[in-house]
Amino acid sequence: MNSNLFTSPLKVINIGLTSFKEALDQVETPSLQLAWRPPLVAADLYKCAQKTLASNSKQQTIATANKLAVEKLLAARPTLIGMGQASEVIPGMHQDLILHAGPPITWERMCGPMKGAVIGALIYEGRAPSFEAAEKLILDGCIKFDPCHEHQCVGPMAGVISPSMPVFIIKNESEGNLSFATMNEGLGKVLRYGANSSEVISRLKWMEQELYPLLAETLKAIGNLDLKAIMAQALHMGDEVHNRNRAATSLFFRQIAPVMAKLPGASEALSFINSNDHFFLNLSMAAAKASLDPLANVANSSLVYTMARNGTDFGIKIAGLGNRWFTGTAPIPKALYFPGYSEADANPDIGDSAITETYGVGGMAMAASPAIVQFVGGNVSDAINYTLQMYEITACENSSYQIPYLNFRGSPTAIDLLKVIDKNILPVINTGVAHKLPGVGQVGAGVLNAPSEPFVKAYLEFIESIK
Amino acid sequence: MSKVTTKTLIKSGEYYDSVTIMMLAKKLQEQAGVVDSAVVMGSKENLALLLASGMSDEKLQSATHNDLVIVVKSSSEELAIQAITALERELSPQKKATTNTSNRPITTFDSACEQLPGANLALISVAGAYAGSVARNALEKGLHVLLFSDNVSLEEEVELKKLAVSKQLLLMGPDCGTAIINGTPLAFANKVKQGSIGIVGASGTGTQEVTTLISNWGGGISQAIGTGGRDLKEEVGGLTFLLALEMLAADPKTKVIVMISKPPHKSVMEKIFTLTKKIKDKPLIALFLGANNSELSKQMPNITFVQTLEEAAFKSLEAIDIVPLKSSCEENLLVAPLVKKISKRSPKAKYLRAHFSGGTFAIESHLILSHEGIAPLYSNLAVAHTQKLGNVHVSQGHTILDLGEDEFTVGRPHPMIDFSLRHKRILEDAANKETALILLDLVLGYGSHLDPLSELLPLLKQVQEVPMIFSVCGTDLDPQVRSKVVSELQAAGAIVCNSNATATLLAAQVLKALNERRN
Repeated sequence: MNSNLFTSPLKVINIGLTSFKEALDQVETPSLQLAWRPPLVAADLYKCAQKTLASNSKQQTIATANKLAVEKLLAARPTLIGMGQASEVIPGMHQDLILHAGPPITWERMCGPMKGAVIGALIYEGRAPSFEAAEKLILDGCIKFDPCHEHQCVGPMAGVISPSMPVFIIKNESEGNLSFATMNEGLGKVLRYGANSSEVISRLKWMEQELYPLLAETLKAIGNLDLKAIMAQALHMGDEVHNRNRAATSLFFRQIAPVMAKLPGASEALSFINSNDHFFLNLSMAAAKASLDPLANVANSSLVYTMARNGTDFGIKIAGLGNRWFTGTAPIPKALYFPGYSEADANPDIGDSAITETYGVGGMAMAASPAIVQFVGGNVSDAINYTLQMYEITACENSSYQIPYLNFRGSPTAIDLLKVIDKNILPVINTGVAHKLPGVGQVGAGVLNAPSEPFVKAYLEFIESIK
Repeated sequence: MSKVTTKTLIKSGEYYDSVTIMMLAKKLQEQAGVVDSAVVMGSKENLALLLASGMSDEKLQSATHNDLVIVVKSSSEELAIQAITALERELSPQKKATTNTSNRPITTFDSACEQLPGANLALISVAGAYAGSVARNALEKGLHVLLFSDNVSLEEEVELKKLAVSKQLLLMGPDCGTAIINGTPLAFANKVKQGSIGIVGASGTGTQEVTTLISNWGGGISQAIGTGGRDLKEEVGGLTFLLALEMLAADPKTKVIVMISKPPHKSVMEKIFTLTKKIKDKPLIALFLGANNSELSKQMPNITFVQTLEEAAFKSLEAIDIVPLKSSCEENLLVAPLVKKISKRSPKAKYLRAHFSGGTFAIESHLILSHEGIAPLYSNLAVAHTQKLGNVHVSQGHTILDLGEDEFTVGRPHPMIDFSLRHKRILEDAANKETALILLDLVLGYGSHLDPLSELLPLLKQVQEVPMIFSVCGTDLDPQVRSKVVSELQAAGAIVCNSNATATLLAAQVLKALNERRN
């Protein structure tokens, strides 16, 4: 190899002082500046970790585990197989249990929108007639809280699921595991933003009593619905299936409308779905969840299989570290705000929807969705750059989810904790911003990077854990 | 507090989607003087909202849901108009349709190697704590490495060099300041003519001196490979030095090989001897600064051992039958007038004050002065026959300072870039009656001060009475252009020599003459 150095033209990668690069430009030697950043962990800890990882056998162990995890992820076949009531179909669900987005949290630490949604759910369930009564019930210890993620569920924003709520059932055909998600309520005053007025409750009741039976019957008639196929097509149509679900919702609508239209009372249900661009979001999230969950059993893998926020904490899970949460403070998104609102109104990042990024879509696939790039406050090139940068920290490309602009390159998939730390590049997440007060709703939208804290904590544990 | 002004602009029939509007609103809020602002489509609901928040004037009544409404509350009318004008510029269509992904910062070796196909060397100057792992990544990618960073542990250096050698890659450094590969100066190096003399150097400025002298005297450099200052220690075992020797031995363009270093550890010296015995077709020149050359010559008759950097350049040119184009600087003729000038200034003036930005120059000068019998020598160097300065910030007797040592560089740029500390010291010495002569190096080339004259000429004007002898290390191909620098320094009254060795010898002769005169 070295024999080439003196006989082939010198081409230099410069890392550090830019004056050295300028000198190379002056003598016209081809060169390139590497934008180097120190790793995410402190120098001494990083050195220690590098030493531990230096052993070939450990590297091999991790590589083998990651390969297996990637195979599972790419083979996943998330399919919508029907609907059911939360208490009947979600494992471990019971009458006193409320599920919420993100990592575990106590009532005291919950943010405004999540508290609002929990109270709304208790009123909806008929457990309390009023706000005050609901709060008393909670303070008396009658209600248990658990993350959606611990019950094979995901929920956008507050992500609250209560026992009576109807849920979609998604099956990962390759591994047989299930996931669950509620139906999306639309925008405006909705439970997931913490709204709990009578208007919100009656919409939830309508969804349970009118929409759910119609949709369940429709799905039964259609049979299984391949969500992967819908998402793949949607990416070709300008969605990234997190903040933009317009195409996916339309595709879903085309699948169900001909069947549902024949059912009595379908008109209102169809127009409800039709008017909500985000109707598909809950399905893309559950599809991602079903696809990622099998990674929880892959020992020694450094891949991230969960990212979720509860409006207070941001939590992640690592395949090789099983079911443990690693958390840090949820950041306040740098966002574009609707008229009349500002960052001062924003709640810290909230929702399980970052499961889409974990799955290699959403922010990871921004380049597929030029229509929403202005959320970044930027232009199309920014979106492309976001996606290109994400290839740096992912273990594979998912050829099912293609990005047309990048010559149909597969989306960057399977975030590798080790790469995140080494390269100091944090996953990018598309997000909606909730008002910090319950019930106000969405006040903006934007793009943010996951916080570093959970990744650093997980990294130090992971290094210790490798056998 | 000045009065708040509200300005409204209605753009009729212009529809923007909500995202664009949010973006515009953010831009508007960021404009100078803006207290509050709103950008909305003129729907009934939005207009009611504006009214409720006190952001309304009568103009708004005419707005319809097809109009874009911009309202600004500003600290002055002028700023309000400015803000609205700025926003209108944002709305102009030229702003759109820029798709530029080429300015994406490249953050990994993988993508860097993709973007620069055929990349073969990484030049690394990040903080020492991380430099080792960056270098390891580069080696894993099959890149040769120049590791400029210091503060890399000896242990890590050994690990990296073992890895590099196993891949037959050069790891130059850590703390490697100078290399010239395929004619390209890297880090602190000079633009020299290309030719047939190959150099392996554990010393950065030493390599700069030899390469520039060769180039200035009619020869050229095939390759100059830096090894870092610790490579020839026992622990490192000369891993890079030996690989570099092998590479130069195998390189058809290299006809003669020059080695520059402080004396290697005994065990490393043996390895060098074993290897060099096999190099039969190329003359070998070695400068092991401070070593016992007669002893070494006996052990290795096939190597020409030299005493100074200048001699290394000279002998390497001779070895390939090039007659050095050494300008006839008749230093001897300068001695008498200098002695006269110094004696006239003060009968007490008898000491040399030598302030170096290049560490190897300091050591070389110390060796020469010591050899010439100038004693005692006070310095901050780790060499034989020296007295430690009581206070490095105050000159004492004959003082020889390496201003590149940590005690001078912590928290400030290297003295080759930042002259201020040395200038302060020169002025102090010039004001001291005991100072006879000031000896200085000036290193040109990439990485060094780009306009040294701008600082040196005013200094020379200030210091007229105490002679200053410079050696200027550089070539006319360097951005500073050596001949221009030399002639301007001379015009300003400085004495300029071709090499540090010559400059030091001149100083030694003057000191001896002064001494004789006094006796």
